[in-house]
Amino acid sequence: MSAADVVASICLVLGCFLCLTAGLGLVRFPDVLNRMHAATKPQVLGVLLVMTGAVIRLTGQPIVWMLVLVAVFQLLTAPVSAHMVSRIAYRRRHVRRDLLVVDELGTTGDTLPARPHPVHPEGDPDADEPADGPEARPTR
Amino acid sequence: MTVVAIVCFALLGAGAVLILARLAIGPSLLDRVVSTDALLVTIACGIAVYCAVYRDISLEPVLLVVALLAFVGSVSVARYIGGMLVATEPGPDEEPVVGGSTRQGREEAP
Repeated sequence: MSAADVVASICLVLGCFLCLTAGLGLVRFPDVLNRMHAATKPQVLGVLLVMTGAVIRLTGQPIVWMLVLVAVFQLLTAPVSAHMVSRIAYRRRHVRRDLLVVDELGTTGDTLPARPHPVHPEGDPDADEPADGPEARPTR
Repeated sequence: MTVVAIVCFALLGAGAVLILARLAIGPSLLDRVVSTDALLVTIACGIAVYCAVYRDISLEPVLLVVALLAFVGSVSVARYIGGMLVATEPGPDEEPVVGGSTRQGREEAP
């Protein structure tokens, strides 16, 4: 094994170890947001390490740019999907509120807010929802 | 390099088994979305490890497809669950009743 192979092997093993930590975190952690925190480790750092190892191993092959493309796509898409899943998790009340240190979306009291998100004075938070959403329901 | 392949596939396999356990027992739909995302990332890592260890580039387009499928799948299912929230407005920690009948019933209410 040459020096490049040693570096590539270290990168590959570290990336695969991060996939194992994702599995452990998904099994052990209590709610959706914590599990997302665990599952994001291989999504960004694990994929970057594995792609680095693969690029080092495959240097000179004609299709190596595709590995770089996969890494760039992961960096671009992981925040978007994490944002959407966590937003829906908060609105569906899948968040363990007794584990929260600070809840910047909720109210400051101990009681649950009547709606999952409070009134935002600056702009409509439901602007991306359909027109027949709970905002459009007539109040009686 | 064979030792590296064995170690990598053992780590990936253990992680995939744990992720599948969460996928099976996950109490909510979002847990399953998150674990499906992690499972697809694990599959992509496995394909990349195979390509790297055996210097075989024939599977690299599959790698790109799997990486994009993870994003599209999780985002579309998250949007779908958001639509369920808007349609039925469920109680705390309840799975809502999905379907057109609930929506029609609400519209017919005075």
